[in-house]
Amino acid sequence: MPIQKTCTILRSERLIPYGYSLVLDAGEIADTAHPGQFLQVQCDGQFLRRPISICDAGAGRIRIVFEIKGKGTQILAKKRVGDSVDVIGPLGHGFPIHGETVLLVGGGIGAAPLFFAARRCLGTVHAILGFRSANTAVLTEVFRSVCRQVDFTTEDGSLGESGFVDGPLRRRLEETKYTRILACGPQPMLRAVAKIAAEFNVPCFVSMEERMACGVGACLGCACKMKDGSYQRVCHDGPVFSASEVSFDD
Amino acid sequence: MTDLHVNFAGVSLKNPVVVASGTFGFGREYGAFYDLSELGAICVKGLTLSQRAGNPPPRIAETPGGMLNAVGLQNPGVDGFIARELPELRRHDVKIIANISGNTVEEYGILCQKLAAVSVDMLELNISCPNVKEGGLAFGTSPQSAAAVTAEAKRNAGTVPVMVKLSPNVTDIVSIAKAVEDAGADAISMINTLLGMRIDIHTRRPVLRNNTGGLSGPAILPIAIRMVYQVRQAVSIPILGMGGITTGEDAVEFLLAGANAIAVGSANFQNPYAPLLVRDGIASYMQENGISRVDRLTNGVQTWTPCRASCEEELT
Ligand SMILES: Cc1cc2nc3c(=O)[nH]c(=O)nc-3n(C[C@H](O)[C@H](O)[C@H](O)COP(=O)(O)OP(=O)(O)OC[C@H]3O[C@@H](n4cnc5c(N)ncnc54)[C@H](O)[C@@H]3O)c2cc1C
Ligand SMILES: Cc1cc2nc3c(=O)[nH]c(=O)nc-3n(C[C@H](O)[C@H](O)[C@H](O)COP(=O)(O)O)c2cc1C
Ligand code: FES
Repeated sequence: MPIQKTCTILRSERLIPYGYSLVLDAGEIADTAHPGQFLQVQCDGQFLRRPISICDAGAGRIRIVFEIKGKGTQILAKKRVGDSVDVIGPLGHGFPIHGETVLLVGGGIGAAPLFFAARRCLGTVHAILGFRSANTAVLTEVFRSVCRQVDFTTEDGSLGESGFVDGPLRRRLEETKYTRILACGPQPMLRAVAKIAAEFNVPCFVSMEERMACGVGACLGCACKMKDGSYQRVCHDGPVFSASEVSFDD
Repeated sequence: MTDLHVNFAGVSLKNPVVVASGTFGFGREYGAFYDLSELGAICVKGLTLSQRAGNPPPRIAETPGGMLNAVGLQNPGVDGFIARELPELRRHDVKIIANISGNTVEEYGILCQKLAAVSVDMLELNISCPNVKEGGLAFGTSPQSAAAVTAEAKRNAGTVPVMVKLSPNVTDIVSIAKAVEDAGADAISMINTLLGMRIDIHTRRPVLRNNTGGLSGPAILPIAIRMVYQVRQAVSIPILGMGGITTGEDAVEFLLAGANAIAVGSANFQNPYAPLLVRDGIASYMQENGISRVDRLTNGVQTWTPCRASCEEELT
């Protein structure tokens, strides 16, 4: 059950030039949170809340990691330890975390919810994380500490392999029989991952993004198109969907 | 003792706080936050004869003091509502107002018949949706078509009261209000969203896939207050006032302008408990001002007498 709570900020950190991390005193929200779920975060002066994934949760605390995109995230980035932030959560349906060998595929800030998945997955976890360049890479060390194997790709080759996640993804799928793939990142990356997963016949789950108003399923604002032509609510039916059901063409 | 009860066109509301159509789904989601029986009434998401998929995303945009939406009346269809949503809603002690949209005048009649047969507490005719191509807004922009839809609804609604939801996207809202009152409307709800647009300057694309959408939230409050005030001067049927309400004070303003009950819409998105805060805010205002019954607030504004030549003289 989602709850609304005014949380105190316990830690605030700048990770990369436009990327921040906040640790919130989130009480019950932290205790019931599941990987892939998100918070609707109030950004002072903005009418609508902003959806931000739960990057880690435990012992009454939640960590969120976000990139400055516009006004809302800019305001959030100015928050300091001791300030408070009003959130609703945990929201949505997250990642399935059972399975013997799980492959996580993240692009950019999409690595954030996958970290929580990596921590909670019961089996062996491998990850492939793609970034623009080394100075926009987040959470690299913590991923290394919880995953059996982590591959990095960057568009400029400054960290790991040069290029997108596709190359290492195909190689891993050829080497290992995964129970499932969990992915989060920009839409073009998700489309590519879904396609490759289907080729290899590995069940794949993707976390989708859409602009939101209510965040709880009431306004039908956050439509995600499905292969059958219907629209599902990213906030309530997702954000995690089975990749085989999502329509990626626009 | 503060008495929040209102008799709204024959429907007994335990308090004047209603939740606005399209902002509250069919109640399930906000029912997880509090007991829906705390509300006066729930206006359900706009219903159409057949189910509708709605518009492609993005459907939402932030605006100064509010938001744009272009959902496009996504709904399970009236039969789906009756089969799957109504029984669930009925488990709560709250009045149910069915909001309906037709493509033709006849469709409004059929919708009324179906919903009157299952005894919803009230019908709300949406003749003002800016987000669908056919019907919707088209009926709400001329007094003749608004009256035709109202009359057809009345013929098919049996004893269920019919409320007509007015569009602010018109030059003369008063003439439309009068036309629907004359056609037999039992109440008026106002206002629906104002047509708006936002453009992403980096991509030069409208933010909404539908290009335009409906503006709601605090930004539209003064427009809604003015319109409720003007319509109250011209009609005697009850008015459900809405547009940007987030606090009890906002609601009192609507009541003073001439509303008999009020609806909370987009504010739900910001704060799931907004309707309850609004209700409690109205009660505290009444206590502080020694007002025992909420219906005494309606139309309580004391407008200034128009200033004459002297004002203009001072200006020149
Ligand atoms: C389920 C979910 C989880 C997310 N998790 C994270 C996360 O962990 N870290 C992170 O950095 N970002 C995350 N995002 C994206 C984040 O919500 C947007 O970057 C943010 O809303 C932008 O707001 P803004 O005011 O800074 O930007 P603006 O561009 O000024 O925002 C204007 C409007 O657009 C919406 N918007 C803009 N971009 C997006 C987008 N990509 N997705 C959804 N709405 C958008 C905003 O909500 C707002 O209504 C997530 C999105 C979703 C849907
Ligand atoms: C997301 C959204 C969906 C809406 N859907 C409907 C609808 O289906 N039928 C209708 O009559 N009004 C609809 N409206 C209009 C609201 O009921 C209300 O008239 C308007 O939002 C103004 O009130 P507010 O400023 O408090 O939100 C919708 C509004 C929003 C924001
Ligand atoms: S944001 Fe309202 S339904 Fe998803």
